[in-house]
Amino acid sequence: MDWLSKNLPYLMAGISVGGQYALIAIGYTMVYGILRLINFAHGDIFMVAGLVMVYASTVMPVYLAIPLVLVVTVVIGFVVERVAYKPLRSAPRMSVMISAIGVSYLLQNLALYVTGGLAQQYPAIPWISDTITVFGVTTKRVTVITPPLVIVLVAALVMLIQKTKIGMAMRAASKDFETSQLMGIRINSVISMTFIIGSFLAAVGSLLFFSNYTGVTPTVGAMPGLKAFVAAVFGGIGSIPGAVIGAFIIGISENIIKGLGWTTFSDAFTFALLIVVLIFKPTGLFGEAANDKV
Amino acid sequence: MSNILEVRDLSVSYGGIQAVRGISFDVPEGQVVTLIGANGAGKSSTLRSIVGLVKPAGGSILFQGEELKGNPTETIVRKGITLVPEGRRVFVNLTVQENLRLGAYMRNDDLLKDLNWVYDLFPRLKERNWQAAGTLSGGEQQMLAIARALMSRPRLIMMDEPSLGLAPIIVQGVFDIIREINRRGVTILLVEQNANMALKAADLAYVMETGRITMKGKGSELAENEEIKAAYLGKARK
Repeated sequence: MDWLSKNLPYLMAGISVGGQYALIAIGYTMVYGILRLINFAHGDIFMVAGLVMVYASTVMPVYLAIPLVLVVTVVIGFVVERVAYKPLRSAPRMSVMISAIGVSYLLQNLALYVTGGLAQQYPAIPWISDTITVFGVTTKRVTVITPPLVIVLVAALVMLIQKTKIGMAMRAASKDFETSQLMGIRINSVISMTFIIGSFLAAVGSLLFFSNYTGVTPTVGAMPGLKAFVAAVFGGIGSIPGAVIGAFIIGISENIIKGLGWTTFSDAFTFALLIVVLIFKPTGLFGEAANDKV
Repeated sequence: MSNILEVRDLSVSYGGIQAVRGISFDVPEGQVVTLIGANGAGKSSTLRSIVGLVKPAGGSILFQGEELKGNPTETIVRKGITLVPEGRRVFVNLTVQENLRLGAYMRNDDLLKDLNWVYDLFPRLKERNWQAAGTLSGGEQQMLAIARALMSRPRLIMMDEPSLGLAPIIVQGVFDIIREINRRGVTILLVEQNANMALKAADLAYVMETGRITMKGKGSELAENEEIKAAYLGKARK
């Protein structure tokens, strides 16, 4: 019992941060599934969502700021794809990847310009940021609501992909662009849809994440973004359940390591895990055998 | 009889290489038309440029009097043309029924009647309804690719090498289906290396050689032509 009360806070924090990584990781894995592109700008879109909330909350009440954050982030994700990736549709994959890195730096530097490089205090969202006590552990409510919220969002996403027409088109496009076009599927709409979903989930993730870690800096997206990416690779990039499970595993292990008193090594652990996965199971937990799209 | 498709001076290049060198041909409505020729003659390039997967370098493609050239694939197929691609290209990760529903992706009406129609044509697909398409045999996948194309209710179906890689008995089945589909009112443009079967099935045939059309005639006539016999039919029987 003593052990539990000592470790429960870390376990809860781990599940919570794992859920937040999951929301970001889905964006990586879905874009990869369709475009075979690692969208390096995804972590920065997450950061921008945080900044939008910071500035929006100064001029409007939170219940308006939250939907605004969701909408603005979705628009940014959509525009980034149209401007930076779409013109390169038939270019070599490497060019698109360089373009993604460019967008990443662009967003970081825009944020640097806007914020002056100072960490911006994230607003406390009523109810979500409230302090509560669960099983004798004092934490913010966001810790408790993140896991069920993630489960609901993932379930909704899986339903969308498995049961709807656009979901079917997404699954088809992830296998074969040309034949999908022959079916009359507008590939560009499918790709835009993917970025919209990914950005929306990243925005939700940022609302939850920054309610716990309250400073928003221009590079704050890098670490969660990288960890979510590792989670996506760990789970098998292209697989949504893989990304979610990978994210929970990484979030939980990271916090258990912190609980053991090895905080310094918690990030190192994440990347060591990535290396081990790449050596022993390059396709990840749920990844398909690599076969390039024709 | 009016032509559903009229191709004029069509040329296709990849880099500096001309795959199709200014060909012209007609597809009369309601007929089976075949384009035969050896590997690399430009047959697939012709079909792919009609449906917009490859940008033609020049010429014009008129479908029911309307210029197709320059339109994206998803616009062209919405006009009532479809292509059964070479190598079948079914969506292996989707079920048979999902593949069929994707064939009708651009339609928003009820699909039940069409599903029943293709199940009636291909009873095997009904049995395999809920299986992933990747688990089907090559012949079944070809049937699925054709059925999927039918689901869009096309006026013109183009088929690229539907007999490729199939056992002779299955090939016979594919050609039976082609005739059956045609009887039900769909115009067919068939590209084949299996000249023997294609000429038997076709009302009108064109022979392609290194990017040009070198001969034209009724399918039955070309099948009796000595030159064709020597060049293609011998090979086809190998």
